Amino acid sequence: MPELLSVRGLSVDFVTDGGVAQVLDGISLDVGPGEVVGLVGESGCGKTTLARAILGILPTGATRIRGGEVRFKGADLLREDPGAVNDRVRGRAITFIPQDPYTSFSPVFSVQTQIMDLMKWKSPRAGHGGAARSSFRRYPRERRRADRDAVLETLRAVQIPEPTRALRRLPHEFSGGQRQRLMIAMALLPQPDLIIADEPTTALDVTIQAQILRLLRTLVKERGVSVLFTTHDLGTAHEICDRVVVMYAGQEMEAAPADAFFARPAHPYTRRLLASVPSPGGEIRDIPGDVPSLIAPPPGCRFHPRCEYATAECREGRPPPRVLAPGHGVRCHHPVDAPMGADG
Amino acid sequence: MRLARDRSALFGLVLIALLVVAALLAPVLATHPDDVFELHPAERLRAPSAVHWLGTDRMGADVYSRLLFGARITILIGVIAVGASLIVGVPVGLVAGYYHGWFSDVLMRVSDVFLAVPQVVLAIAIAQTLGPSLPNVILALSATYWPWFARVVYAETRALQQEVFVESTAALGASPWRLTALHVLPNIASPIIVRASIGMGFTILTAAALGFLGLGPPPPTPEWGRTIAESREFLPDAWWYATAPGLAIFLTVMGFNLLGDGLRDVLDPRLRRSRAASDA
Repeated sequence: MPELLSVRGLSVDFVTDGGVAQVLDGISLDVGPGEVVGLVGESGCGKTTLARAILGILPTGATRIRGGEVRFKGADLLREDPGAVNDRVRGRAITFIPQDPYTSFSPVFSVQTQIMDLMKWKSPRAGHGGAARSSFRRYPRERRRADRDAVLETLRAVQIPEPTRALRRLPHEFSGGQRQRLMIAMALLPQPDLIIADEPTTALDVTIQAQILRLLRTLVKERGVSVLFTTHDLGTAHEICDRVVVMYAGQEMEAAPADAFFARPAHPYTRRLLASVPSPGGEIRDIPGDVPSLIAPPPGCRFHPRCEYATAECREGRPPPRVLAPGHGVRCHHPVDAPMGADG
Repeated sequence: MRLARDRSALFGLVLIALLVVAALLAPVLATHPDDVFELHPAERLRAPSAVHWLGTDRMGADVYSRLLFGARITILIGVIAVGASLIVGVPVGLVAGYYHGWFSDVLMRVSDVFLAVPQVVLAIAIAQTLGPSLPNVILALSATYWPWFARVVYAETRALQQEVFVESTAALGASPWRLTALHVLPNIASPIIVRASIGMGFTILTAAALGFLGLGPPPPTPEWGRTIAESREFLPDAWWYATAPGLAIFLTVMGFNLLGDGLRDVLDPRLRRSRAASDA
């Protein structure tokens, strides 16, 4: 299957007062057409940085891309002309669902104003060329009408009641879940090939989370849109992902189809992570040791100081990718070959 | 109008409306409109009566009539000084807030220097140096008040930059000009308006202080602060002489402050409509 998005050996540094933090260290991952991929990892492991690097919206100034490539439909987004990426890819072929639906809308404009402002530039019917530089670019009436129809239809699809009235309201008149539905609608409206969703449900109640996740999955499957979904919640990943990639301290550890990921994880870190999910009646188990500093990271596999299987070769170099089964790859010298639960 | 439900804000609005009416209709409302410039030594220091509602001053002029014409000067000073402060302070705050770098630092340090010196002291220094006249008072007040706007706008702009909607607008390729004018400015309009309303009161008070110290427009201009200064030597016998302009200043400043507080509530977009809905 030709990949839609393929990140290869991407390394990103943050220059801080304390030194250079290697936030992403040679990370690779693939997203196929129509595939929902979960990017799982603890807070601070680089999930958001990776999502932002793909979108080309890393904070300017303190970030440096040390190497690697982000291939989207064959073109390397890191080396393309930034204007062309903005015009054709960002907000169009790749859209974004932010983490926090509360600060994502401007409080002073109606939802309609904000959605139509997006459609003016990024609607599938909008022409290319000329980013939102001029404040006075025309918005032809026929296109506006067609865009508005598409907006109403999409609002219905994300289950916003009374879309025509809803459009006239201000963002604060919606609940958090509804605002996230609006965000999903806005991510779908440009008819993208890929949606990057950065922990889209962390700010919501657990009951709402499940609703939103199921809705998102249904909508993208209907439309054949791929999703790269970052989350620290394994349950969330299980709920909606076709495939899961696990990250630790800026390196990818394992990538597997969702079933295999939860049933037969091969990487010691993945197993530890799954085992640390609290279950009713079960004891709480954490992973011994601390998340490493990214300014002076451990050499080789970054998990080795906390890994019970670590040997000298883990320190020497990063384990090469190893394919265990179709679609199941791991970067570990000592993959575990046992169903989950078998090692204790 | 929700402002009407806020009693103290409504009271402030009424006070300001009275001030504006007094200023606009001064020639009509005044019982002795010529007394602004004419002297009647024979009638000096008369107590309030049917002829002179608020008595007469040391020149024999009608205090009530002079008070009405003084309202014109008060409004003129307030509007122009606050307007000029807005024109200077808001762009300075926006630029310093939007860009990160030495230029922003320079702009904010300059405004810090202005804020470090008490406004009255700085305004006195400027007015004294330039000489007492109406334009110089306005200049002194504008020069000392703009940093307040710059500070407010700067802080709000910086805070807004963290918001996802501003970041995503930038990511879509909006120019700095478009971003600040169309997306940041509407979001910070309410603190600016509130600051302007309170600033009117503040500026009028400072103008009266300058007038009191003899740094305001020269006589026979019926400026309120100067009138109070003139009345001092006749206290406590000619109590009406100082009371009338004193009360006028007090009510004007209170009016603008109450209105500013009321506006703060009304303009909060998070309270818009939802408040109306709960009242309906």
